[in-house]
Amino acid sequence: MLLLILLLPFLGFLVNATVGRRWPKGVTGGLATAAMAASFGVSVYAVWTMLGLEPVGGVRAIDDVVFTWLSSDTVQIPFALRLDPLAALMILVVTGIGTLIHLYSTAYMHEETDAEFARYFSYLNLFAAFMLVLVLGANFPVMFIGWEGVGLCSYLLIGFYHTKPAAADAGKKAFVVNRIGDVGFILGMLILFTQFGTLDFQQLAMQISHLSVEPATMAGAGVLTIATLLLFLGATGKSAQIPLFVWLPDAMEGPTPVSALIHAATMVTAGVYMVGRNAVLFSHAPFTLEVIAVVGVLTALVAGTIGLVQNDIKRVLAYSTVSQLGYMFLAMGVGAFAGGVFHLYTHAFFKALLFLGSGAVIHALHGEQDMRYMGGLKSKLPITFWTFLVGTVAIAGIPPLAGFFSKDEILWKTFSTGHPVLWGMAVLTAFLTATYMFRLLYMTFYGSRRTVPGPEHGAHGAVHAPSRTAHHAHSTHLHDAPPAMAIALVVLAMGSVLAGFFGVPHALGGHNRIEAFLEPSFHAMAMAPETPGRVGLDSGLDPLPPAATAPEGAVAEAGHVPEAAHGDTQTELLLMFGSVMVALAGIGLATVLFLKAPERADALAARFSGVHRLLLNKYYVDEFYDAAIVQPIKGVSTGLLWRGVDTAVIDGTVNGVGLMVRSWSAVLRRLQTGSVRAYAMSIFLGVVTILGYYLWR
Amino acid sequence: MLPEPTLNTYLALSAVLFSIGTAGVFLRRNLITILLSIEVMLNAVNLTFVAVDRFLGTVDGQIIAFFVMTVAAAEAAVGLAIIIALFRHRQSLSPDAFTSLKW
Repeated sequence: MLLLILLLPFLGFLVNATVGRRWPKGVTGGLATAAMAASFGVSVYAVWTMLGLEPVGGVRAIDDVVFTWLSSDTVQIPFALRLDPLAALMILVVTGIGTLIHLYSTAYMHEETDAEFARYFSYLNLFAAFMLVLVLGANFPVMFIGWEGVGLCSYLLIGFYHTKPAAADAGKKAFVVNRIGDVGFILGMLILFTQFGTLDFQQLAMQISHLSVEPATMAGAGVLTIATLLLFLGATGKSAQIPLFVWLPDAMEGPTPVSALIHAATMVTAGVYMVGRNAVLFSHAPFTLEVIAVVGVLTALVAGTIGLVQNDIKRVLAYSTVSQLGYMFLAMGVGAFAGGVFHLYTHAFFKALLFLGSGAVIHALHGEQDMRYMGGLKSKLPITFWTFLVGTVAIAGIPPLAGFFSKDEILWKTFSTGHPVLWGMAVLTAFLTATYMFRLLYMTFYGSRRTVPGPEHGAHGAVHAPSRTAHHAHSTHLHDAPPAMAIALVVLAMGSVLAGFFGVPHALGGHNRIEAFLEPSFHAMAMAPETPGRVGLDSGLDPLPPAATAPEGAVAEAGHVPEAAHGDTQTELLLMFGSVMVALAGIGLATVLFLKAPERADALAARFSGVHRLLLNKYYVDEFYDAAIVQPIKGVSTGLLWRGVDTAVIDGTVNGVGLMVRSWSAVLRRLQTGSVRAYAMSIFLGVVTILGYYLWR
Repeated sequence: MLPEPTLNTYLALSAVLFSIGTAGVFLRRNLITILLSIEVMLNAVNLTFVAVDRFLGTVDGQIIAFFVMTVAAAEAAVGLAIIIALFRHRQSLSPDAFTSLKW
């Protein structure tokens, strides 16, 4: 059953990649969407079945060993799938939002040729299949197949418009940057294997839960700390965290639905998911958790400030994604695994919605992405506007929309686990989030329509030059989202409103059901089942609450077990009120600067032109990496490896052998005169010499 | 009165003839003359065969001498044909004109 979930999109990929190019768009797009919808249906059924199971060792889970993948002596690595609460949430998000984005794409990509259309959908289906492998994989190697597979699809889809150099470059950049992270991932995986002899998540967790927690200092770093730091390096690559976040904004060169699905809702959250999947492991390495929390909050803050000044609508959303991913890692770092995954889940809704909304705007404006040439679209694109507004309010953290609950959960956990500095930075980021999102909203939908001014602005939008001429021709009448796009937008908007209610905190009289639901996934099983996949009746174990079933080893991970979350309700409510005020203040600032008096924003930018330029150029991180890493590597490659080793040593050896043979030949070939008499003379002398030797010896 | 010829007399005559032939091969600049010189060398060898045969009282050497004569006739035929072909090619009979068979 679990196999079917990922096999359906994979079949869609096979069909569309082979024969799809000859079929009309309705068939290929419909097939791909149907494959995803069917996969969603099976997922719902699988999750429903899982919920009906009796918990084994405190966890309800479905195991499915498809085949034995690697078998060598004592090492057995099965291609095993496992559906537990964490994976359940992920597959619902991947297939559910994936279906909507497939549907949206059928309209968005309609201007492509049949062959390109089929290629697009085959990639999209392949991506979904790999993402499902990633989340359903029951051990590291299977997860790694998905991990690399989604990276491949990301590369293919970023570079989908492969005739455009910027898109091709962005694809390569994403691929190369991800490789750096993957080195860490592989090394971390191998360290775990050498230490524990297994790569199965469950068995790892059970073995590790018997170990003592490593000290939280760098000096005391043990093998778990090193392994988890390496794994986290992989996560920073995939999930665009400092120092490897540079690829994600460039990834916006891909089609907008791709940005929504891969670079906002699903793939980039793989790092967060991986940390959550190995919660027991990471809990035993507090130093790594500190690093994750600090990296997360720094990324959130840095990306948030960059997002404030960007002018490309998709780039603002990209930095916003980086920033929100930082939030999720902050949650992971302070031990609030459920909070992080909750934010992952709500973020998937509203960020997908925002990307699809921006796609609808870009679609209506025939390719224009620069917000300076938008404005006044509120009445022209009502569906897009209202759904976009919902998404913006949700991400800004205004109750009772989804973003409020998940973000507040993270802020509260950060504060209650004793990280006031990180909490302060996170609140500042929340303020920035509200500001830049409403700036985006105001610049796009409010005010009056700003068409492209004269050639003096030409330099800014060189990339958009072809599209701009197109939109001049059509600027008189704008079409709102066509039905397929509108449905996706409306469903996601409803999701953005409703998704948060699964996680209403106790302080507000809720039950935080999502946390209770997810919590078993973050602990080692209380006892090992004899064979994976056996569903037994362990009546001695109480299914809920999960904290009660957590084994002794897990309880030792103090600080983030649910008891801590029950802290001071008064304080929690106060902080909640504070964060809402901060969000409102951010909205207020955006209203003042970008709606009421845009000239004030310009004046501010001019006054702090240094800071503005720094932010506009993204802290010159790309330039720094280019100077510190890319150029030295190129220099060494060109100067030493190419000109030195390759040309001088290797080519020199080969050519030197040839030259030696030739120069010796030049001497020896003098003997071959072609004169018959010279040959006769040499034969004669030879005979005389030999005879003479035998006669006179 | 000349002394009765012995085996050594014949061998000496044969050696002289062979040397004359060899010198002719190396020194003359005409392919036909060279061919004739080779015939002289072959006949010097024939003389040796026959003389030794006579001395030993067998006939094997005389048979070999006939073989050599046959081969020499064939060689002369083929050699002359090649020389004619070469002459048509280069309008020359000097062996130094035919040195292009090299690297």
